[in-house]
Amino acid sequence: MTQTALNPKGASPASDWKKWLGVMPFFLFAILFLVLPSLRLLIGSFTNSEGQFTFANLLQLVQEKSILDAYWLSIRISAATAIGGGIFGFLLAYSVTVGGLPKPLRSALITFSGVASNFAGVPLAFAFIATLGRTGFVTALIKNLFGVNIYTQTDFDLYSFWGLSITYMYFQFPLMVLIMAPALDGLKREWREAAENLGASTTQYWLRVALPVLLPSILGSMILLFGNAFGAYATAYALTGGRLGIITIQIGAQIRGDVLHNPGLGYAMAMGMVVVMTISLIGYSWLQKRSERWLR
Amino acid sequence: MASKKIRKVAAMNRALARIRQIPFWSWLWFILGALYFILPLYATLNFSLRMERDVIGFKAYIRAFEDPEFLQTFFYSIGLAVMTIIASIILIVPTAYWIRLRLPEARRIVEFITLMPFVVPAIILVFGLIRIYSSPLKIPFTDIILLYPLTTFKFGTNALIVAGYMVLGLPYIYRSVDTGMRTVDVRTLTEAAQSLGAGWFTIIVKIILPNIRAALLSGALLTFAIVIGEVTLASFLAVPAFGPYLFLLGQHRAYEPAALSFASFLMTWVAMGLIQLFTGGQNQVSGAH
Repeated sequence: MTQTALNPKGASPASDWKKWLGVMPFFLFAILFLVLPSLRLLIGSFTNSEGQFTFANLLQLVQEKSILDAYWLSIRISAATAIGGGIFGFLLAYSVTVGGLPKPLRSALITFSGVASNFAGVPLAFAFIATLGRTGFVTALIKNLFGVNIYTQTDFDLYSFWGLSITYMYFQFPLMVLIMAPALDGLKREWREAAENLGASTTQYWLRVALPVLLPSILGSMILLFGNAFGAYATAYALTGGRLGIITIQIGAQIRGDVLHNPGLGYAMAMGMVVVMTISLIGYSWLQKRSERWLR
Repeated sequence: MASKKIRKVAAMNRALARIRQIPFWSWLWFILGALYFILPLYATLNFSLRMERDVIGFKAYIRAFEDPEFLQTFFYSIGLAVMTIIASIILIVPTAYWIRLRLPEARRIVEFITLMPFVVPAIILVFGLIRIYSSPLKIPFTDIILLYPLTTFKFGTNALIVAGYMVLGLPYIYRSVDTGMRTVDVRTLTEAAQSLGAGWFTIIVKIILPNIRAALLSGALLTFAIVIGEVTLASFLAVPAFGPYLFLLGQHRAYEPAALSFASFLMTWVAMGLIQLFTGGQNQVSGAH
């Protein structure tokens, strides 16, 4: 009722209904290529091989050790790169915004971050093999400088947890820089001045004023980085050739051929990923909303 | 006495301030970050130039670019990227325009949908797409076939992968188009065009598109950067694209993949540099790995 009253053209309910026709192509596309495929996986995860409804797939999912290990490995790598990339990215964003570095460095860093956060997949894996592989550039550099062969004298292996994490960091911390730089710009000069006038030291200002204001934004971005790493497949596959059993690689193996001998379990595995990604997206948007209270 | 003391303190403060002005920690983080950025690129470049023993040269690049399969797959990927960009623009520009003009109540649901690709990673998306479109699509509970399995013929597979790429690019294209429309007064432009007798098609093609071209270009370039090296969808849908080619090349060659990796880095760089140029660095946050 109020809607019609507010509408300057006094549209009738019939044209209200027709208005939605304009967005129908978009909804049709979304249903065909986004909703339907997701629904198929959701239904599949509650269906047994005879096509009947079952909870068995989900039960098996939480009992199968190899799958739980895959989730756990993915979660550990994602968390490590989200926290590591988050802290490092924050410090970098800090250095070019309020950290007092010359202005040109800032635009250089932002551009480079834009490139690096989009530089992933096979080329990234190859770049890190050339860097930290057995005959990689940095591997040789460390050997020449410190006389340490990181492959024979330490536990390091590029095709393992740490290797993959270091590789993921290449697109993780630039993403953090891109998100945090505007947030750091949002810190008001007056807050710092007010704090200093009241006798606060730099440490006090950061601990009591700046960080609490920035914290939701920092945590939210880290969650975004977590999801970013959690869903990554191509980089890990190109780097380890499927040897490191993170969850996306297990799902890939399940798509290629039913390695679990239960299609339903594969669907359940995929749905498990969607659940984790959904939780992280909700966490991100909630924290983002909180951070908007102070920053802009 | 007192004024002397004050002057002394002031001088000391100034000296301290000058020391504080050299931001040691900032420089340290910046240099570390620069090293992290540059070392892998340098290592790749360095490696790619050493195909011939004891000679620095572009042999790996020549070899890589000469491979007919490289050209085929590369142009195939460019074709997919162009199709994705065109189809995305045809789908999203009228949608965003209509929402801004007539249907603001649809904004929330459409924005929600454009966020969905973030919770459905590429590997999950391709899983679902394969399961739906590798068998005939029937109306539920009947035997009426709506669509033959897309994965069984070439055009179908191409259409399917373009649709998949449209989904992956959806959040970025939608956001950049929507931001672009926010800066031009869509309503006034439309009313002016209508009063001069323009139809919907004319309005969108001749008025709206030119006015949001910077946003379109940045969305298009980002999509291009995502599609050109994409591996997950391409390899599971068995499409002869550049990403899977590069991956396979890496299995049995050493120098050529390094050369192509460095080249694709440069390409990403060009795409992002152009976006920076067009938008002043507004639309760069992405992440499709």
